[in-house]
Amino acid sequence: MKQALHKGRTIFFIAFLLFVWELIVHMAEVPHWLLPAPSSILLEAFQSYQAFLPHAFATVQLALLGLAIGIGCGLTVAIVLHRFTFIRELFYPILIMSQNIPILVLAPLLIIWFGFGLLPKLIIICLVCFFPIVIAAMDGFRQTDAALKHYFEMIGASKAQTFWKLEWPYAYPAIFSGIKIAATYSVMGAVIAEWLGAKKGIGVYMTLAQSSFRTDRVFVAIFAIVLLSLLLFSSIRLIEKFMVKGRGYYAQHSKHR
Amino acid sequence: MLSIQNIAKSFDALQVLEDLSFEVRDGEFVAIIGPSGSGKSTLFQLIGGVASIDKGAILLNEGDIQQKRGTIGYMPQQPSLLPWRTVLENVTIVEELQRKPNTERAKIWLKKVGLESFIHAYPHELSGGMQQRVSFIRAMVSDKPILCLDEPFSALDEFTRLEMQAWLLSIWEEYRKSILFVTHSIEEALFLADRILILTKRPASIKKEMIVPFARPRQEEIRHSTTFTALKQQLFTYLQEEKGDVYAD
Repeated sequence: MKQALHKGRTIFFIAFLLFVWELIVHMAEVPHWLLPAPSSILLEAFQSYQAFLPHAFATVQLALLGLAIGIGCGLTVAIVLHRFTFIRELFYPILIMSQNIPILVLAPLLIIWFGFGLLPKLIIICLVCFFPIVIAAMDGFRQTDAALKHYFEMIGASKAQTFWKLEWPYAYPAIFSGIKIAATYSVMGAVIAEWLGAKKGIGVYMTLAQSSFRTDRVFVAIFAIVLLSLLLFSSIRLIEKFMVKGRGYYAQHSKHR
Repeated sequence: MLSIQNIAKSFDALQVLEDLSFEVRDGEFVAIIGPSGSGKSTLFQLIGGVASIDKGAILLNEGDIQQKRGTIGYMPQQPSLLPWRTVLENVTIVEELQRKPNTERAKIWLKKVGLESFIHAYPHELSGGMQQRVSFIRAMVSDKPILCLDEPFSALDEFTRLEMQAWLLSIWEEYRKSILFVTHSIEEALFLADRILILTKRPASIKKEMIVPFARPRQEEIRHSTTFTALKQQLFTYLQEEKGDVYAD
């Protein structure tokens, strides 16, 4: 009940902000190409959604595919780094350092190497999603309750058994908070990748709208991105609820809900 | 039969156990008490095969179990149940490490001890006492020749603790599985055990052995008998003598 009230309050506040925006645009007579009012953005969205949908669909496809590959790579690397101390000591610092490179500056390189096809775009999304998942998963593995680990030792579990039966499920909440962050990044990554060159996608739609000064369409694209990110985020929360069992008190450790 | 023969163990310069020997015979309930920091937990790690001994031997039914894991049933201080597994799935975990678990047998055990309605519950839905019951049944179901219980009731409140002691006794007196029970509660040791071993301060060895004279099945009333009080006094004196400088660090 309290939560519903809380959510209602947030929605009401967002509506209020949009109303203020609408008011300012009308009062100050801001030109349409500079800042369109929310009402005209909504109108544009209704008028051109048929042209927009294929673009959105392409972006969703790209983002989901990239996210899936990113999750796969991220978890694999996290498991390898967690289980083999030698490899961890070698690669973990490099991994952290590599995060200081903005992925965006790699994009031109990837285009030079791999052309304008699907591959460089997937690599960009994968790179963006990869890091939060690796860090979250490794933290999750490491934070496994010491008492439980001791218990597993005492009952004679092998290292592999301790990992798959204890550390891996123990890290579910942490892994899911990593995936939730990665999911929102993946949509952003997809749009950026499309800026660099694609036939279809929200990124392409944005570039076209921008070059013809259709600011309302740029905003349609922005709101679509926000909506898609939220949608992806909530679907993952839903999956999390099914996967993370028996942790009424414990699932609350998962941040970014 | 578990036989500990003249074992010694030190961590770096710190000698924890020295020339420690005792036996737990089949169907016997042996309690170990000692001053805090006297190496009770270390002893369990050695029996469990998690750490190696420096000297001596640890035999279980004549077989050497030095550094051999998974040969004993174990119940730790904390319930240590996996939160994402139901009670039934938790109880079968030990068996699961070796082969496909026999859930029917686990179910029968849970029914026998009145946990039937919690079979498909998750641990967080259970009270602390209930969780410890599940933890004990998990050790029973693991079907090892001896159970090692490491201060299993020390984290519970007084009332639940007394209840759990009576519960444990009622099950044990029916099945008579060998138990090695570490505790720091004198009363608990007296109420439960056939025999009590008192450890010296570090480096620990056996200071005294006390045979507990009460008949089985035991009743709550023995707690109020004069013999109980006298033995309690005796044990208390032994522990006092060993207190010494152990608190210095």
